[in-house]
Amino acid sequence: MIDIRGLTKRFGHQTVLDGIDLSIEAGERVVVIGPSGTGKSTLLRCINFLDRPDSGTIRLSNLGVDAKAASRADILALRRRTAFVFQNYALFANRTAKQNIMEALVTVQKQPKAEAEKRALAILAETGLSERADSYPAALSGGQQQRVGIGRAMAIGAELMLFDEPTSALDPEWVGEVLDLMRRIAERRQTMLIVTHEMQFAREIADRVLFMDGGRIVEEGPPDAIFENATDPRTRAFLKRVRSDGSA
Amino acid sequence: MRALDLDYMLGLVPVILGYVPLTLFMAAVAMVLALLLASLMAVERVIKVPVLDGFVRLFISFFRGTPLLVQLFLFYYGLPQIFAFLTQIDGVTAAIMGLTLHFSAYMAESIRAAIVGVDRSQWEAAESIGMTRGQMMRRIILPQAGRIAAPTLVNYFIDMIKSTSLAFTLGVTEMMGAAQKEAAGSFRYFEAFLVVAIIYWVMVELLSQAQRQLEGRLNRAFAR
Repeated sequence: MIDIRGLTKRFGHQTVLDGIDLSIEAGERVVVIGPSGTGKSTLLRCINFLDRPDSGTIRLSNLGVDAKAASRADILALRRRTAFVFQNYALFANRTAKQNIMEALVTVQKQPKAEAEKRALAILAETGLSERADSYPAALSGGQQQRVGIGRAMAIGAELMLFDEPTSALDPEWVGEVLDLMRRIAERRQTMLIVTHEMQFAREIADRVLFMDGGRIVEEGPPDAIFENATDPRTRAFLKRVRSDGSA
Repeated sequence: MRALDLDYMLGLVPVILGYVPLTLFMAAVAMVLALLLASLMAVERVIKVPVLDGFVRLFISFFRGTPLLVQLFLFYYGLPQIFAFLTQIDGVTAAIMGLTLHFSAYMAESIRAAIVGVDRSQWEAAESIGMTRGQMMRRIILPQAGRIAAPTLVNYFIDMIKSTSLAFTLGVTEMMGAAQKEAAGSFRYFEAFLVVAIIYWVMVELLSQAQRQLEGRLNRAFAR
């Protein structure tokens, strides 16, 4: 469904993505793991053109975008068919929870307001936030804000949902509720590409795990293969390190 | 030293108050126009349109760099000598134009700073859902920048109300002009100008009250 070829991104002299090739099937849930600063987040941000890749192609179903020749229309089309969940939630500060979820539907998809509101309320119910519909982000806990952030991404009905370390900024007490919501989305066979440090969660929901290091995909495979029988020494070293931290 | 003629002052109050609508009219029209112009220039300064950016910077530099009185004289007395059609322009229109251009230069800078002050996450979130630049500015960035810039903008509005008194120098009979005429007959200059000062002061105080309410409303979304 999504096919990425030779995706490259440099910041100054540093190559952050070094020719990434990645294909994801419809309904597949792919988790990206790896040390900090190895391009995991940049990969997601480049797929959504939040960072503009220097070269490479992204094909999403019938939409092909070449990084070097991407027009503004290409970029908008790509963004409208993908949804992004941010580490820091990034809710619209001047919109209530409900309005955050409605925004893309009303402004971008031009849905009638009543219809968008119905959808937003349904999503709030699903995320357990019905009673906070009219709260502004500043009045919500981190966990609630991230659930709204995920709700905003769900509303779009995107072919591919991108999650950029969705629980990394949360106090430990809110991590569980956010992961629960992501599990429910995964159960519907929504195509997902997730960057996370939650190894247990990754193991549970991933169809495939990618290990990235130095701007490349070093190793990939089913979760059991990666977590139990990683072949690359870098993968083994990384997993050993995170396990000794007690995070998995 | 003689005593203040309080009866004369009280009698003058309704006369001067009669010119308050003209003052507010000039300030309000100039404020709306200046806000529009300043927002456009501020957005341009942020996204930097080639060529246009140079003009905007020159405009801001000139109108911040020269006194309002000099600008008003240039427009009203100077330009018509070069462009004949401008002789049609009356003092009120010239004053509104001058106030608009002058204050838009200042307001553009504070709106630009406010736009840049909107958190990066807000821009990225708007981009990520596929908003166009226009949608992003209109619906997400400018409303939040407005909140940041509001106290400064109200200050400019206050300054603008007071600056309408300069229309007097273009031959407009506004509060200052009316007081001058009254005092010329009675020779009670101190009383006449004191009445003008007090009326300006009260207007600005009322506006400051409104400012506090406005800020309370704008901050509602951000209260914890």
